[in-house]
Amino acid sequence: MSCDMYPLGDHAVLIELGEGINKETQACVQVIAAFLEGHPPIWMIEYIPAFTTITVFYDPVRVLQSNQKAISPYDYVCAFLAGLLSGLVTGTPSESRVVDIPVCYGGKFGPDLEHVAMINGLTMEEVVRIHSSGGYLVYMIGFAPGFPYVGGMSERIAAPRRESPRLKIPARTVGIAGKQTGIYPIETPGGWQLIGRTPLELFRPGDESPSLLRAGDRIQFIPISEKEYIEWEQDKR
Amino acid sequence: MGARQTMMTITKPGMLTTIQDLGRNGYQKYGVITSGVMDPSASRIANILVGNQEKEATLEITLLGPVIEFSENALISICGGDLSPSIDGRTARLWRPLLVKKGSRLQFGQCKSGCRCYLAVAGGFSVRSVMGSKSTYLRAGIGGVNGRALKSGDRIPIDTPRELSTRLIQHLDRGKTNRTFVESDWSVVSSLYHTNEKDGIVHVIKGRQFNLFSIESQKLLFTEPFEVTSQSDRMGYRLKGPTLALEKPKEMISEAVDFGTIQVPSEGNPIVLLADRQTTGGYPKIGQIATVDLSLLAQTKPGDSLRFIEITHAEAEHLYLKKESNIQLLKNGVLLKCR
Repeated sequence: MSCDMYPLGDHAVLIELGEGINKETQACVQVIAAFLEGHPPIWMIEYIPAFTTITVFYDPVRVLQSNQKAISPYDYVCAFLAGLLSGLVTGTPSESRVVDIPVCYGGKFGPDLEHVAMINGLTMEEVVRIHSSGGYLVYMIGFAPGFPYVGGMSERIAAPRRESPRLKIPARTVGIAGKQTGIYPIETPGGWQLIGRTPLELFRPGDESPSLLRAGDRIQFIPISEKEYIEWEQDKR
Repeated sequence: MGARQTMMTITKPGMLTTIQDLGRNGYQKYGVITSGVMDPSASRIANILVGNQEKEATLEITLLGPVIEFSENALISICGGDLSPSIDGRTARLWRPLLVKKGSRLQFGQCKSGCRCYLAVAGGFSVRSVMGSKSTYLRAGIGGVNGRALKSGDRIPIDTPRELSTRLIQHLDRGKTNRTFVESDWSVVSSLYHTNEKDGIVHVIKGRQFNLFSIESQKLLFTEPFEVTSQSDRMGYRLKGPTLALEKPKEMISEAVDFGTIQVPSEGNPIVLLADRQTTGGYPKIGQIATVDLSLLAQTKPGDSLRFIEITHAEAEHLYLKKESNIQLLKNGVLLKCR
């Protein structure tokens, strides 16, 4: 696996695995993340996977304590990671989970569905059909707790961000911004076009894994009616 | 039967008083920000001075301090910015352990220096950890006291102090029981915390995209002062100074950011990312503030001016390790004091 390494300040190393957003680079990021998850070095604080990079945060004092011969913690960590990467094989990571996400499209949950349909010369039903028939890949989690950066949306339903962002977007709203689609896990301000809402909690602070989604997951949106949405909400209680 | 649990009652909350520890580490891969103290050094030292573990949560007190009452005797220390703390009307000095007597009242006055101070209480605050941390994350409403800033009437239980704290209490409590509080006759040397000879000078390592900025912008970063604007909070400081620009526009792909990352959005005014930063960002990073200078940054307030001076990565690493070894010396020193 080939890569470049850069310091991010004095206690993190950023590993760059490619220059463009694509599934191959994403798979490399996943392989490294899976390894670090399974074999966390004693000096590692945590790691942040992104589209083309994975950043490893370390405790410089612990690096030196656990490796008597190391002089510079950064040099040691880079050498460790280079050794690790040379032994990892690029390939598809073990298995991709498919996560079904029920969405109640339009109405009060998706006030911009009509706008998205109009600017693309489609009916609202067509937008829903296209949005819910796509195969989506979660490239990374970031921006907000549990927020997935998702690739794979059809350009036929692309829509630019609103000129002035809304001050509050309710949690679990599904939106479109440009060629991206995403789901807001917590109430946030934002400029996305809102097309629906899911009854699923994406951010679960009480759980061991507080994000419903993980990088590498595949997403399937399933349209549900408002009645089903309400039933789902009631079941949660 | 053990002693009654000490309670800390907030009678006035102050401007923004939250429970913070060294952060919610390990969950950034899920997009969960670390939160945590803005000034880790001050918080760690405050804990060391009362015999707590360094990572224990402290109260982060911002500009306008709270009024706090203690239901039982408590060993506390206050470190960081000088917000004029006093206990029952008598000035309480920073950077040392203070044994506060039952029923006394701690309050704060004018902000004499810095912006934030940290109150450590021996035993630590008995609040629930969320994802391994007591830090308050206001926007998600988790950590601390119900995920929010403290308000009047809040009662925070204090856990049982460790053995080291008990020894510190004995060390302070020698026959001066009639006073409202007793302070140690020793304190932390200021050079441990104030690593810089001059205020407002911050050491910066070149960022990953430094070379994408125009030659002019690269020079301006290290020659001109930048003012901390009023649009600054725990998430980041927005700075005002000369406009910084890329040599030519570039579409960035989001990647990890860190405490002290200086990023520049397209309008050209830099933002320094702080404790409540997002996990990833898509703006070019012109620089990264050396970890040893994060305290200095956390103690600047809107209107203050900053100057950046360049430092190599190796120098930043060296300063980091030196500061850590000094903190270790302080820990040993505290142990010696209460032998």
